[in-house]
Amino acid sequence: MQLVSPDIGLLFWMLVSFLTVLFLLRKFAWKPILNMLHRREESIEQALKAADRAREDMYKMKADNEKILVEARQERDRIFREAQDLKEKILADAREQSKKEQMRIMEETKTLIQTEKNNAVKEIRALSADLSVRIAEKLLRRELRNDQQQKTLVEEMSNELNLN
Amino acid sequence: MAHRIKYLLAFLLLALISRVGAQEYDERHHEGDTAEVARESEAFDPGTFILEHIGDAYEWHILTVNGHHVSVPLPVIVYSTHPEHEGLHVFMSNKFHHGEHHGFRIAHDGNNKGKIVEQAADGSFVRPAVDISITKNVLALFVSVIIILSVFLSVAKRYKAHPDKAPAGLQGLMEPLILFVRDDIARPAIGHKYMRFMPYLLTIFFFILINNLTGLIPVFPFGANVTGNIAITLVLALLTFIITLGNSNRNYWIHIFNTPGVPWWLKIPLPLIPFIEFVGMLIKPFVLMVRLFANITAGHIIAIGFFSLIFIFGAKSAVMGYGMSIVSVTFTIFMTVLELLVAFIQAYVFTLLSALYFGSAVEEHHHKE
Repeated sequence: MQLVSPDIGLLFWMLVSFLTVLFLLRKFAWKPILNMLHRREESIEQALKAADRAREDMYKMKADNEKILVEARQERDRIFREAQDLKEKILADAREQSKKEQMRIMEETKTLIQTEKNNAVKEIRALSADLSVRIAEKLLRRELRNDQQQKTLVEEMSNELNLN
Repeated sequence: MAHRIKYLLAFLLLALISRVGAQEYDERHHEGDTAEVARESEAFDPGTFILEHIGDAYEWHILTVNGHHVSVPLPVIVYSTHPEHEGLHVFMSNKFHHGEHHGFRIAHDGNNKGKIVEQAADGSFVRPAVDISITKNVLALFVSVIIILSVFLSVAKRYKAHPDKAPAGLQGLMEPLILFVRDDIARPAIGHKYMRFMPYLLTIFFFILINNLTGLIPVFPFGANVTGNIAITLVLALLTFIITLGNSNRNYWIHIFNTPGVPWWLKIPLPLIPFIEFVGMLIKPFVLMVRLFANITAGHIIAIGFFSLIFIFGAKSAVMGYGMSIVSVTFTIFMTVLELLVAFIQAYVFTLLSALYFGSAVEEHHHKE
């Protein structure tokens, strides 16, 4: 029975020492330790949050960079295409221009040739008329050198008239 | 494998040494005179042996060499109202080696066996009015108090010196336990008001844990059965009870005297449920007290019981004692490992139940009935 009957002396010392321990630890150990733990947890939480934010920012920045890169690539492609188009256009224009010029020159040349040809034809016609007159004159002179011949001619002509 | 062989060799060596000791004992046993033989064979009574170990004493017995007891005398502090030697008496317990001292003596039998008694006027032996001697358990208590204070004050100092730094050393060992008490005991059991009870919960947790552990170390000044003493667990349970009542709100008492969710005829006219609830309120700390006491005492009894087996078998035959020592040491090692677990579990259970009681005392009303 002694085992389960509390001893007053031990009870007294236990109460004294336990309350002392409780008081001392409460004041000098548990409060600072729990406060520090709380503070550290908060700072860790904040650090984690900050890291999260930084990571988000980084992702955003990365996405932005990518967007900028894509845009730049598109811009480059666009400029390239424009340049290409411009080149084509310039070339086409030049080709067109030269063709037109060519046509114009050709047209001009044709007109010139026509004019020259007409002139030449006119000249030839005038010359040939002149020449024919002269030849006819010469022929007439030869034909009508004597009276006989003149007579024959008249006869011939009158014959022709009679026939008609 | 090499490790195992080494351990086995060490174990055999230990067994051999213990055997040599036992042999010396046997030789003395046989060569001594018949009176001594009678006294010594009477001296080994496992029941007394175990009870002496788990009980308290006015001196700290360390070992017995050749029948001579080596023990540390402890201060005796008694206040007597006896007319012949009234007043406060302070002296060392080794004064009792010569029997009586200032009218005080240690009772060898009766209800007060092992306690300091004085002779009353009618001739019977009674306890002095006040006996606050520094007994074996008190000294062990002081030792563990010193350990607890030095450990946690130094840990707290480190926290103050290096705030916001990763824990190191002793701090690293204690922090998981502190967080365990906070996050796995106090917070779930009490709720958002847990911070108020943290100092007490941490103190009982480490007080019980460290006393349980020092109880497992079999060398002076450890090995006393502190948390296996009913006075110690009584104080702890009583404090839990007082703190529960001190923090109890209206809701707690309503729960006891007008339990919600119970049919009215169980409360009026015969207050059956209130009575049960009220008794339950008183039984809770009582159970706390008995559980810790019984668990730790049982652990000590088993350990000592195994060692007693060596001497019981050794008294029958030397070979049996030798064989039994191997078995006993093996079982004691196993039990000690188990007791390490029990030391932690009991500290945990006591703290958890205290936290649950505090939780029920501060719980806000949330019943829908």
